[in-house]
Amino acid sequence: MAAVAETLETVQAANDGGYKWGFETDIAMEFAPKGLNEDIVRFISAKKNEPEWLLEWRLKAYAMWLKMEEPEWAAVKYPKIDYQDAYYYAAPSNKTVPKSLDEVDPELLRTYEKLGIPVQEQQRLQGIAVDMVFDSVSVATTFKDRLAKEGIIFCSISEAVQNHPELVKQYLGSVVPQGDNYFACLNSAVFTDGSFVFIPKGVRCPMELSTYFRINAKSTGQFERTLIIAEAGSHVSYLEGCTAPMRDENQMHAAVVELVAMDDATIKYSTVQNWYPGDAEGKGGIYNFVTKRGACRGARSKISWTQVETGSAITWKYPSCMLLGDDSVGEFYSVAITNNHQQADTGTKMWHVGKNTRSTIVSKGISAGQGQNTYRGLVKVSPKATGARNFTQCDSLLIGDQCGAHTVPYIENRCATAKVEHEATTSRIAEDQLFYCRSRGLTQEEAVGLIVNGFCREVLKELPMEFAVEAQKLLAISLEGSVG
Amino acid sequence: MLKIEGLTAEIDGKQILKGIDLEVPTGEIHAIMGPNGSGKSTLSYVLSGREGYEITGGSATYNGLDLLAMEPEERAGSGVFLAFQYPVELPGVGNANFLRTAVNAVRKHRGEPEVDAMQFLKLARAKIKALQMSDDMLKRNVNVGFSGGEKKRNEVLQMALLEPTLAILDETDSGLDIDALKIVADGVNAMRGPNFSSLVITHYQRLLDYIVPDRVHVLMGGRIVKSGGPELALELEAEGYAKVAA
Ligand SMILES: Nc1ncnc2c1ncn2[C@@H]1O[C@H](COP(=O)(O)OP(=O)(O)O)[C@@H](O)[C@H]1O
Ligand SMILES: [Mg+2]
Repeated sequence: MAAVAETLETVQAANDGGYKWGFETDIAMEFAPKGLNEDIVRFISAKKNEPEWLLEWRLKAYAMWLKMEEPEWAAVKYPKIDYQDAYYYAAPSNKTVPKSLDEVDPELLRTYEKLGIPVQEQQRLQGIAVDMVFDSVSVATTFKDRLAKEGIIFCSISEAVQNHPELVKQYLGSVVPQGDNYFACLNSAVFTDGSFVFIPKGVRCPMELSTYFRINAKSTGQFERTLIIAEAGSHVSYLEGCTAPMRDENQMHAAVVELVAMDDATIKYSTVQNWYPGDAEGKGGIYNFVTKRGACRGARSKISWTQVETGSAITWKYPSCMLLGDDSVGEFYSVAITNNHQQADTGTKMWHVGKNTRSTIVSKGISAGQGQNTYRGLVKVSPKATGARNFTQCDSLLIGDQCGAHTVPYIENRCATAKVEHEATTSRIAEDQLFYCRSRGLTQEEAVGLIVNGFCREVLKELPMEFAVEAQKLLAISLEGSVG
Repeated sequence: MLKIEGLTAEIDGKQILKGIDLEVPTGEIHAIMGPNGSGKSTLSYVLSGREGYEITGGSATYNGLDLLAMEPEERAGSGVFLAFQYPVELPGVGNANFLRTAVNAVRKHRGEPEVDAMQFLKLARAKIKALQMSDDMLKRNVNVGFSGGEKKRNEVLQMALLEPTLAILDETDSGLDIDALKIVADGVNAMRGPNFSSLVITHYQRLLDYIVPDRVHVLMGGRIVKSGGPELALELEAEGYAKVAA
C-alpha cells in the first residue's frame, strides 16, 4: 500500500527500468543555515518550541557525537561524508500549524496522493491512519480523533513533545541511548520529526498505523525519530514507507526507532524502504543509516520486525530486540535487494535476557548487478536466559556473476540450556527455472519477479495484506534489467 | 502447421540435430520415437526456444511464423506449449499463482482479457476434476515435493489451462502407471480438434494405444530416419529401433 502504491501499470508504462517515485515537489521551503554546530541544534529546538530539558538532551548528544568516530566495520564503501555540507532542517514554510487536513497545503497532499498514500480520511476502505513526514516535519496525521477515543495517541513526535511531554521524557532514549552509536547519536542531536504512538493498557489498535517519510529538499538530511509504546496487554501494527526524488547527490537518512512493549503487549513493525537507490552507474541515492531497537520489557511481550529493503544506495540497519521479560518473543523477517551498485549491510540483534525467551530470524538477501548484500546478525544469550531458543535462517539469492552475498552470524551463548540454531543457503536463479516460466508465456522479468517472490515468501507473508501485494510488485520492479 | 526444414543445432560445439525435416499439418497428432540420446528433447527445446542451443542451419515455422526468431514467451503466446520431460521446481511459488500468471500472460499475447483470481479458480477446478487430480495441487508450490506422476499431470493441467494449438509432449508418459497414462491421454484427446496439433515424444508404443497418432517418426542420431502410420509404432515395439531403421 502506501509506500509503494504506485500501480504496477503506471510504473511499467513509463518502463525505463527506473525509479518512479523520483519527482520533486515545488513548494516554498524554509531551511536552517547549511552545516552542523551547536547553533543549528539550538535552531532546530527553537523551531520546535521545545522545553529546556530536550534542548539540553540534544546538546549533550551533540557533544558526545563530536567525540565519536564514524563506524567502519560494516561491509559498505562510500566516500567520506562532509557533515557540514548539508541542511539539517528543511520545512514547508507555511507558518501556521494546520489544525486539520483541510488546512494542509494542497500541494503537499497532492504529493502524497501521487505516491499513492491514502491522505483523505474518507478512504476508510484502507483502514489505515497515516502520519506524513515531509523532509524535517510532519505535515499531517489522519484519524487522530478516532484513535483518541480509544485513548491511543498517534501524532508527530514534535506534537507529542508539546502535548505529552511526560511520556516523551520517560521513554525517549530509553531503548537507544544517545551515545549508542555514531548515527543514533547524531540523530539524537538533530532529529526533526517522526511519529509517536502510545497504546494504553489492554487496547487493541483498531487500524494499521503508518508513517510515510518523504525526503524532498536538496542537500538535506532526514533525521527522524519514532517512539512506540505499547502498555500491558495492548496490540499495534505499524507500517512505514519511504521515497525520495532522484538526485545526483547522496542524501543522508539517519533515523532512530524505539519500541517498548510491556507485559503481554505486541508490536508489529513493518517497513517497506524504497529510498532512491541511485542510478545504474551508482550515482546519487540515499545513505540509509538507521538504528531500530525494541525492548520487550514485559513478560510474554512480543516485538516483530518485518522489512522489505529495496531502495537506498547504502543500507546500514539492524532492527533488534532486547528480550528482557520472561517468555518474551522477538522476530526479524527481512528481504533486502541490492541491484546495480547498491550496498546493504543489514541484520538484527537478539538479546536473550529473560527466561524462555524465543527469537526467530529469517533473512532473504537478493543480489543483482554489482550489488553487495551482507547479513550481519548477533544472537546473544545471557546466563540467566534459561530455556532460551533462537532459530536463524539466512538465504541468499544471486542474480548474475558480478554481485556478492555475505553472511556474518555471531552467536554468543552463555547459557547451557539455551538452544541456538543457524541455517544458511546461497543459490542462483537457475536457467531451467527461467526457461520453464518463459515457456509458459512469462517474460524474463516476470519470471525473475515470480521466482524472487517465491524466494521471499516466508518474509512477505508476515506483511499486512495491503503491503504485501505492493511489496511483491516492488521486488519485481527493483530487479528490472537485472537479467539478460 | 508446423514445418521444420533441414534443421541443425548444436550444444557446446557438439552437433545434436543433424538435419530434421518434419511437417505436422494443423489438426494432426504426430509421434516421435527414438532411443535415448537421439535428440528428442533437444528438438523440443529448440522448438520452444531454450537458450544454449546454437541453430546452425535450417528453419522451423509455425503457421508461417519464424519460430526460431522468437522469444520463448512469444512462442508460448503464439500457441506453442512444451510439456517438460523433467518439470522444474519453483520453491515458494504457489502453483495457483503460477498457473494464473501463465494463463494471463498467454491471454495477453492473444489480446484476450485477463482472468481474475475467482474466475481462474473456477476454471482450474474444472480442469483438475477432468484430470482426476486433487485441488490440493493448486495450493502446493510448483512441482516441489511432487511425485514423478504428479509432476507429469501438472504439465497436462498447464496444457489444459493454456489451451495451446501446438503441444509438444516430451515423454509425458514416462514413469506413469497405466491409470495415470490413461488420464494423460484423455487430457490430450480432449484437446484434439481441427485447430490443434501435437508432437508426442515417447519411448513406448503403449501411450499410442490411447493417443492414436496420424503419423509416427523415428528419430535416431539427430535425423528422422523413418516415417509411417500408427502401425510403425507396433513394428518398433516388436523389432527394435536398429532393425526398423536399417
Ligand atoms: N548440455 C549438453 N551438453 C552436451 N551434450 C548434451 C547436452 N544436453 C544434451 N546433450 C547430448 O545431446 C544428445 C541428445 O540429448 P537429448 O536431446 O536429451 O536426447 P533424448 O531426449 O532423445 O534422450 C545426447 O547425446 C546428450 O548427451
Ligand atoms: Mg529426452
